[in-house]
Amino acid sequence: MQLNVNGTIRDVDVEGDMPLLWVLRDELGITGPKYGCGAGLCGACTVHVDGVAQRSCQIAVADIGAALITTIEGLGTPATLHAVQAAWIEHQVAQCGYCQSGQIMQAAALLAQNPTPTDADIDDAMSGNLCRCGTYSLIRAAVKTAAVQMKRA
Amino acid sequence: MSRVKTIARRSFLVGSAAILGGVAFGYYLYRKPIANPLEAELTPDAAALTAWIRIDASGITLIAPHTDLGQGARSMQATLIAEELDIEFGRFTVSPGVPSAAYYNTALGSDQAPFLASDEGTLAQTTRGLLGAVVKIMGVQATGGSSSAPDSFDKLRIAGAVARETLKAAAAAKTGVPLADLITRNGAVVLPDGTSLSYVELAPLAAGIPLVTEVQLRDPSTWRLIGKPVQRLDIVEKSTGTLAYGIDQSVKGMLHATVKVNPRQGGVMNGFDASAAETMRGVQGIVPITNGVAVLADNTWRAFQAANAIVFDWGPAPYPAEMDAHWAQVAASFTDEQLNLEWRHDGDADAALATDPGIEAEYRAPYLAHQPLEPLSAIVKVTDDRVDIWTGHQLPRFVQQKVAGLTGHDAEQVYLHNQYVGGSFGHRLEFDWVLWATEVAMTRRDTPVKLTLTREDDFAHDYPRQIGMGRGRGRVKDGKVDTFDLQIATVSASASQAGRLGQPLPGPDGQIAAGAWNLPYAVPNFRVRAYKVPELAPVSSWRSVGASSAGFFADSFLDELIHAAGADPMAERLRLANTDVARKVLEAVAEMSNWGSPLAANRGRGVAFVESFGAPVAEVIEVTKTDAGIKIDKVFVAADVGRVIDPVNFVNQVKGGVIWGLGHAMNCEITYADGMAEQTNFHVHEGMRLHQCPEIIVRGLENGKHVRGIGEPPVPPAAPALANAIFAATGVRLREMPFNKFIDFV
Repeated sequence: MQLNVNGTIRDVDVEGDMPLLWVLRDELGITGPKYGCGAGLCGACTVHVDGVAQRSCQIAVADIGAALITTIEGLGTPATLHAVQAAWIEHQVAQCGYCQSGQIMQAAALLAQNPTPTDADIDDAMSGNLCRCGTYSLIRAAVKTAAVQMKRA
Repeated sequence: MSRVKTIARRSFLVGSAAILGGVAFGYYLYRKPIANPLEAELTPDAAALTAWIRIDASGITLIAPHTDLGQGARSMQATLIAEELDIEFGRFTVSPGVPSAAYYNTALGSDQAPFLASDEGTLAQTTRGLLGAVVKIMGVQATGGSSSAPDSFDKLRIAGAVARETLKAAAAAKTGVPLADLITRNGAVVLPDGTSLSYVELAPLAAGIPLVTEVQLRDPSTWRLIGKPVQRLDIVEKSTGTLAYGIDQSVKGMLHATVKVNPRQGGVMNGFDASAAETMRGVQGIVPITNGVAVLADNTWRAFQAANAIVFDWGPAPYPAEMDAHWAQVAASFTDEQLNLEWRHDGDADAALATDPGIEAEYRAPYLAHQPLEPLSAIVKVTDDRVDIWTGHQLPRFVQQKVAGLTGHDAEQVYLHNQYVGGSFGHRLEFDWVLWATEVAMTRRDTPVKLTLTREDDFAHDYPRQIGMGRGRGRVKDGKVDTFDLQIATVSASASQAGRLGQPLPGPDGQIAAGAWNLPYAVPNFRVRAYKVPELAPVSSWRSVGASSAGFFADSFLDELIHAAGADPMAERLRLANTDVARKVLEAVAEMSNWGSPLAANRGRGVAFVESFGAPVAEVIEVTKTDAGIKIDKVFVAADVGRVIDPVNFVNQVKGGVIWGLGHAMNCEITYADGMAEQTNFHVHEGMRLHQCPEIIVRGLENGKHVRGIGEPPVPPAAPALANAIFAATGVRLREMPFNKFIDFV
């Protein structure tokens, strides 16, 4: 089976019902997407599949086909930050940080679809991503900062 | 009369703690220097300038022995050293170091002393000193109890200053320039002519001279880092998915594993049928362990799938199977036999309540899970001469001891590679997952085994927050609170944990009534008694520990009395406050929230105050009653920690603590049915989500005499402040958590 992950074609030999999350983490060594709940409840495993935010623990790898998978590693790097990552750094959002890969991927997908989200839009888009440390007020602020930056760019 | 009894019990506590810890071995042991763990692996070009600073040709490494659980401990520790060492952020690396008695926690013992934080009297100070000595002799390296900042504040600044002065002495010896003419700047000693000698080039020389231990700490007015907003060391990695947590670690040749252990905590396994699992793809072995079975596989998910295919016959729980029996045992524990300690008795509550039956109320706090977002995991490799462990833990030396006890190695042969942790809240004070991983690895010697728990198993084996009840009786007189008599009965998290550590808990459990007995209020008749409920389900420390329940009972009951007196909740708390530090916290939050300003008829405002871990915190919450339920609009928080080390992280910790306190008070409980926790994943125990998050306005105060941690103290006032606000808005008094059993939230 072949997967297009962060712009690279990767060969994997796994059963079709293995969730994408575990293919990424254990077969390809891509650990930015996190295991949090395994049930689509926390959002820590969020990746983009053809630009849409998806819970990678809930997608069977056989259902991906030729779709483009982007993980947080493919969104931006410390040297080439995505605007959402830059905003996350500016606001120092992370505490433990374990949910933040998923939060950032969710926010990036939101802003790609809706460059000027209202508070209600942010609440709707981001409430599926659980943060046990309670960084929510900074997540709201960082999404707004990123929106401004992306509009300028 | 009762005061005499109280003191006698306190003496008992100190005496038995001292014997347990070995103070009986005397002054010599206490004074004996502890070996510097950095000396063990020192190369010729390297200098270990105290146990916290290593400098070699590759650069400067700071040791941060307090585990970073997300609370920013690594950055905080580095800030304190860097301030005195004159090095710039980004120009050094930070390592958790190796477990060592040298990193014993200087704040943990003294904080257990049964005295008001404001009590600086001889008995209080002597006791704190004795308990501190116990922790030193036992070499307890611990992250918890909001002790990282208090433990580190002087110690790490002194370490930085010692290293700095030693490097200056090395430069003086090398150049012949008098010491007094040398300064340090940006990782170098600078000579009067402007020549710069880097610490790295001075390191071999510094290694050969005695440490300069007579040092002067920098005046706070000259601080470059402390009290200034710094960028957390881990913030870029945590914002780019590049930080490897324990669960992200990989060791060459490792197998993946998961376990199924009796979800009735402590119950045995009668048998299992793994025939379906054995033939599943990727399965490499099925191994019985204590009270359960491990599955080894070539991939985590395959291990999960196979483990779920095993059929088990579990034995019964060693505690009541159903919740009603748990509550019944709590309710039956308000007896003289279960009295753990009368912590305080001002005036005469019995006399006051004999003539006036007064006001009564009963409160409940449920079991709660920790459930940080990173599931428990560990890699363990067992060989003949050493054991290597990769996981994040709050008690590194206990990990060494417990693992050594299993494998038969010496504790010194157990190498814990302590990892960044994706949240803990007390979860990683326990040991089960490390011991399970070790048991599995013992069956595959020389092969690293990575154990990962499913979220469901993590829930099943979480040791929850203590369950408890509070019973208040009180009296009001002339529009004032006159008598406050609170009885608190909870199971003892401290005793439950101590049992798993193989340590008896000497004397009463200081956590049962924490946050209640130490309220800095001058109520004419004030009594708080703690009752220890015999252990039910095993429990553990949960962010803010005893104060998370006792603080709710105490402030809620005080609020009820204030309303009964017809007084203003803020004005009456201010009138009762009997320390300047507490009064200023209340005044600050009153001013921030514009307390007393009119609110619409469907809105309400509540205040709560709890002091825990020595830090007084007041919170004002504003709510709106809507058709869909209660909406939390704003939370105002004033907290006094003596000294705010990092203002950015301070605000973040306060906000996180408030959300932790509110989310669980509103939405969460762990209940047992058939001996098992009924809550299995985040759909039924999620804390708070973003859409419920209010605006939170934070102010840090620095009036307290001592530096305090801020990880836990913002939690306890959140629940009573919310209940008090809901009462103000609706007239409904919530006396039991979670509140969503009784009222809807938007």
